[in-house]
Amino acid sequence: MSIEVRIPTILRPYTKDQKSVEAAGATLSEIITDLDSHYAGLGERLLENGALRRFINVYINDEDVRFLGGLEAQIKDGDSITILPAVAGG
Amino acid sequence: MSLEIPRAFVEAILEQSRAEYPDECCGVILGPAGSGQALRHKPMANAAHSPTFYEFDPKDLLALYREADDNDEEIVVIYHSHTETEAYPSRTDIAYAGEPGAHYVLVSTRKEIAPSTEFRSFRIIDGVVTEEPVSISD
Repeated sequence: MSIEVRIPTILRPYTKDQKSVEAAGATLSEIITDLDSHYAGLGERLLENGALRRFINVYINDEDVRFLGGLEAQIKDGDSITILPAVAGG
Repeated sequence: MSLEIPRAFVEAILEQSRAEYPDECCGVILGPAGSGQALRHKPMANAAHSPTFYEFDPKDLLALYREADDNDEEIVVIYHSHTETEAYPSRTDIAYAGEPGAHYVLVSTRKEIAPSTEFRSFRIIDGVVTEEPVSISD
């Protein structure tokens, strides 16, 4: 099963400038592991101490993964994942 | 590099900053993808409701990017206000700056300089802040 993952501009240096890549996995955690195995360093930009970084937003379809179980969120065939850096500051 | 921006947007952003005081205000200006032109002003809600922090609501953020994609637009400007300090990126602004292609605009409506205001534009790339000239068009 292959899931489309949309990559924000700031992370495209890791994906050879591709806006969208494919990844496999049944949970978000597995997807990120798979992404990192193909695009080394990407995992580190998404995770910190084993948790999603506070200022990285990940959506499954239209829903923020924080409301879907975070890294344990279930991914099904046909889902689409979008990664967006938070727009935030002080 | 410089930012060219219509005067009406500058005034609207300063007005939004005053209206949302003491909280920081925020928003974007969009333009046709690849053009770099600041053509469509879209104020955003500050989900942090804070005088020292701003954040687009994650749901609004996704909707914004979807809308830009659907309209074949890009985010040209990301702005927010500093209500008590100068219009210069703070450490957190630099740490969280996630759009290397955007102009980061800061406005300040702090009391010490009233009735004047500050409206400044920066690039923030890999933690490096570069100020750029702002050209206001009528």
